[in-house]
Amino acid sequence: MCTMIAEKVMVDGSGKGTNGWFALNQANVSYDHPFNAPYEYALNIDFVNESLGPSARVAVELSESAARELVRTILSALERAEAGGHLPKK
Amino acid sequence: MYTTDMYEGVHAETIKMTGANGDQINAYLAHPLGKGPFPSMVLAHHMPGWDAWYREITFKFALHGYVTISPNLFFRLGHGTPEDIAAKVRADGGVPDDQVVGDLEGALEYVRALKDVNGKVGIFGTCSGGRHAYLAACRAPGFDALVDCWGGNVVMRPDQLSPKTPVAPIDYTKDLPCPILGLFGNDDTTPSPEQVNLHEAELKKYEKNYEFHRYPNAGHGFFYYHRPMYRQAQAVDGWEKVFAFLEKYLA
Repeated sequence: MCTMIAEKVMVDGSGKGTNGWFALNQANVSYDHPFNAPYEYALNIDFVNESLGPSARVAVELSESAARELVRTILSALERAEAGGHLPKK
Repeated sequence: MYTTDMYEGVHAETIKMTGANGDQINAYLAHPLGKGPFPSMVLAHHMPGWDAWYREITFKFALHGYVTISPNLFFRLGHGTPEDIAAKVRADGGVPDDQVVGDLEGALEYVRALKDVNGKVGIFGTCSGGRHAYLAACRAPGFDALVDCWGGNVVMRPDQLSPKTPVAPIDYTKDLPCPILGLFGNDDTTPSPEQVNLHEAELKKYEKNYEFHRYPNAGHGFFYYHRPMYRQAQAVDGWEKVFAFLEKYLA
């Protein structure tokens, strides 16, 4: 809210929260104050399912460099999966 | 000044109060024990939510002799841990300014209606709460002193305005009816030193009673002892300035 940098994206998958696994349907991405990570600002991702209430949340708070490295790593893994024929045919 | 032979007591609890649109919301109220009449404070909590730090400083203001109320400005978002609720608010781009001003005005009315108060009410906020405190002081008649600690987005670009935040708080400056104390870190980016300068220029333009302090080697949230941005010397000095300011205008 201090930076007003927040975006939402619909996602499919599962997340493990304080009460076990639940179905995810949204990721909230912000660059704003984290709650725990030792930075003034962080790249925060909350994987949520709002229909299950506010506690259905898997949170990560990353430094800028960690967030960029994570993006590169996710894309790299997906490229390898595609090259190996592991992705569903479109 | 407190001395070790003095009686001291505070009653603190969660209460219900009437906020914006007549909604019932909860709040934390800390009330000094003793004779009174007491000055009062309304606290506007920060973006991390209606959390332990805000309950602690509600108590702290009461220890200093102020009947103090901290409304849960995120009440309508549901209930859970303060972090889970605040994360939802963060994702939603905050809560509407009009609603927050209504909730803070409701808190003002709540403490004014108590029997052992002196009628003077101040408002304090940090981070987004500093911004909200500024908005409330300008828009809700009746506050006698304002403390804005590193309130971000008092100065806003046109592209930052939204249906929830339709007017930049700085544009209400001409309506500010009370003295303001502002505490800022020179390493902060929300607000940046340049934005603090613009804010100060606006206060000067309208001949407002203001007192701004800018701290070197401090960024955002330098009062937060549980966060890495804590700056001990600046925080100690800042708290002294807060209570000296309130004593001057609310006692």
